[in-house]
Amino acid sequence: MAAVNLLETKNLTKQFGGLTAVNGVSFELPAGQVRALIGPNGAGKSTLVGLLCGRIEATAGDVFFEGHKVTHIPAHKRIGMGMAYTFQITSIFGKLSLHENVALAARPHHKGGAGDLDQAVFGALGDVGLQDRAEELASDLSYGHQRLLEIAMGIVQKPKLLILDEPTQGLADVEVEQFNALIKRLSETSTILLIEHNMNVVMETADFITVLNFGEVLAEGTPQEVRANKLVQDAYLGAG
Amino acid sequence: MRAGENRVWLLHIAVVLVILALHFVLPPYHHGILARVMVLAILAMGYNFAFGYTGLLSLGHALFFGAGMYAMGLGITGLGLSPGIAVLFAIVCSVLVSAIIGSLALRTAGVSLMIVTLMFAQAGWYLILYFGEITRGDEGFVIPQAQRLVAGIDLADSNNRYLIALILFAIVLFTTLKLVRSSFGKALVAIRENEERAKMLGYNVFAYKLGAIIVSGTISGLAGAAYGLLFGYVGATFASVQYSILPLLWVLLGGASTILGPFVGTLFMTYLIDISSEFTEAYLLVAGVILVLLTLFARQGIVGEVKKRFAPWLP
Ligand SMILES: Nc1ncnc2c1ncn2[C@@H]1O[C@H](COP(=O)(O)OP(=O)(O)OP(=O)(O)O)[C@@H](O)[C@H]1O
Ligand SMILES: [Mg+2]
Repeated sequence: MAAVNLLETKNLTKQFGGLTAVNGVSFELPAGQVRALIGPNGAGKSTLVGLLCGRIEATAGDVFFEGHKVTHIPAHKRIGMGMAYTFQITSIFGKLSLHENVALAARPHHKGGAGDLDQAVFGALGDVGLQDRAEELASDLSYGHQRLLEIAMGIVQKPKLLILDEPTQGLADVEVEQFNALIKRLSETSTILLIEHNMNVVMETADFITVLNFGEVLAEGTPQEVRANKLVQDAYLGAG
Repeated sequence: MRAGENRVWLLHIAVVLVILALHFVLPPYHHGILARVMVLAILAMGYNFAFGYTGLLSLGHALFFGAGMYAMGLGITGLGLSPGIAVLFAIVCSVLVSAIIGSLALRTAGVSLMIVTLMFAQAGWYLILYFGEITRGDEGFVIPQAQRLVAGIDLADSNNRYLIALILFAIVLFTTLKLVRSSFGKALVAIRENEERAKMLGYNVFAYKLGAIIVSGTISGLAGAAYGLLFGYVGATFASVQYSILPLLWVLLGGASTILGPFVGTLFMTYLIDISSEFTEAYLLVAGVILVLLTLFARQGIVGEVKKRFAPWLP
C-alpha cells in the first residue's frame, strides 16, 4: 500500500493583486514526516502554509487534508480537524499569563476536566522549558521565549499536522539545540511542516525538504539530495 | 488557586450583602437612588459583557434596553400578560432582537460596528415613534399600579422595588461572574486581545462574538423590562441614543472588563450628577470635567485602577 498523504495540494496558487506569491504548487506530505520548507526571503513560504491552514484564501487550486478537500473550509475548522499553526510574526496574548495562553490553545481540543487541562498545559510549557514561568504575562517574555511560547501553544493541541513558521528565529544556540530535540520527540506523534532559515536545524531535523523559489517548487528531496542540488545552491544556499 | 477562587466569590457576595444592609439604614432619598442605580447597573453589566470582555464597541444598546422595556410594557397593557410572564416575554424578545442585530452588525468591526449599531438603534427608536398608536410615542405610557403585582407583592412599594432590584442585580452579577470565568468567557477575552490568533487556535470567532452580543443584549433587555416594571413607566426616551451612550460612560468610569466596574461607574456618575446639580446649573459641565480627569488619571476606570494597583485577582 502506498504511503498515506496527510496533506496534499494541487496547483495551489495565490495572487496578491498582480503578484503571484504561490504559483501552482502541487505538494504531498506523507503522515509521520518532518518536512522542511525552505527558500529565499519572499519565496512564498509563509503564504503557502497560510493557504494550507486557511488563514489565507487560495486564488486557485486545492488543499486536501486526510483525503478531504478543505480548500473552502474556514481556518477554525481546519484547526479543529487537527492542524496547528504557529505564526512567523509572534502572535500571542500579551496581557494574559503563559498558562492562559497555552490553555486557550488547548481548550478547543480538550475533552477532559480542568485538572487534565492543567496537566496538558504544564506538559507543553515543560516541553519548551517555560514551566516555571507559567504565571508571568506573555508580554514580559523575551522575543525568543515568546517564540517558544508559540511552539507550546502548537504542541498542546496534539495536532496531526504541526506547522511551524521560522520557530527558531531569535533563539539562543542552546535553545536551538533543545528545539531540535523537541522536534525529534514530537515527530513520533505528529507530522511536522517546518519553515526554517537555519540550515543546521533543517539538516538536523528534516526527513525531506521542499525548496520554494518565486512561489514555485524548485526542488524536493532528502537533505543530502537538496544540499547537492545545483539549482538550490544557486538560488538559495549559495546566497545564504 | 482554590483560595483565590473563594476570595472572588466572597467579595461579590459581600457587595450584595452590603447593598442588602443599606436597605435597612438608607434614608428614603438615597434608598430610591440606589434602587434605580441597581437596575441601570444591570444595563451597564450587559454592555460591559460585549464592550469590556469581548471588545465589541456598540453604540446601540438602547435598542436592547428599549426592546426589553417595550416587550414587557406592551405585554402587560396590550397582551394582558401578568408581570412575571411579561418579563419572560421580554427576555425572549431580547434574545431574538440581539441575535438578529448581532448576526447583521457583526459583519463589521471597529468604527463600522459603532456606526451600524448606532443606526440600528436609531431605527428602533424611530419605529417606536412611528407606531405611536401602539407605543404612545414620545409620551410613553404608565403601567398602572394594579398591574404591577407579582404574587401579591406590590412593585410600586419602594421597599419591594429595592429588594426586587437587588435580586435581579445579584442574579446578573453572579451570572456574568460565572460566564467570564468559564471557557466561553475566556475565549471572548482571547478574541478581544488577538482575534487572528484566536481564529488560528480553532475558535469560531463569529459564533463567539454573536454569543457575546446575545448575552449582552439579553441582559440589557432584562434591565429595560425591570426598569419599566419597577418604575411603572415605558417611554421612547429609554430607546434613544442617550441610553446607548450612558452605559458606555458608566462602564468606562467604573472599569471595563471588571465585574464590579459597571455598578461602581453607574453609582458614581449618578451621584456625581445628583450632587453637582445641587450647587450649580452647569452640573453636566462638572460631570464632564470629572469624567475627563478620570480618563486622564484613572484610565482603567475606578475598579480597573484598583485591580491594576492592588488586586490583580479581581475578575
Ligand atoms: N498580504 C499580502 N499582500 C500583498 N503581498 C503579500 C502579502 N503577503 C505576502 N505578500 C508578498 O508575497 C510574497 C511572498 O511572501 P511570503 O511572506 O510568503 O514569503 P516568505 O517565503 O515567507 O518570506 P520570508 O522568508 O521573508 O518569511 C512576498 O513578495 C510578499 O511581499
Ligand atoms: Mg515567511
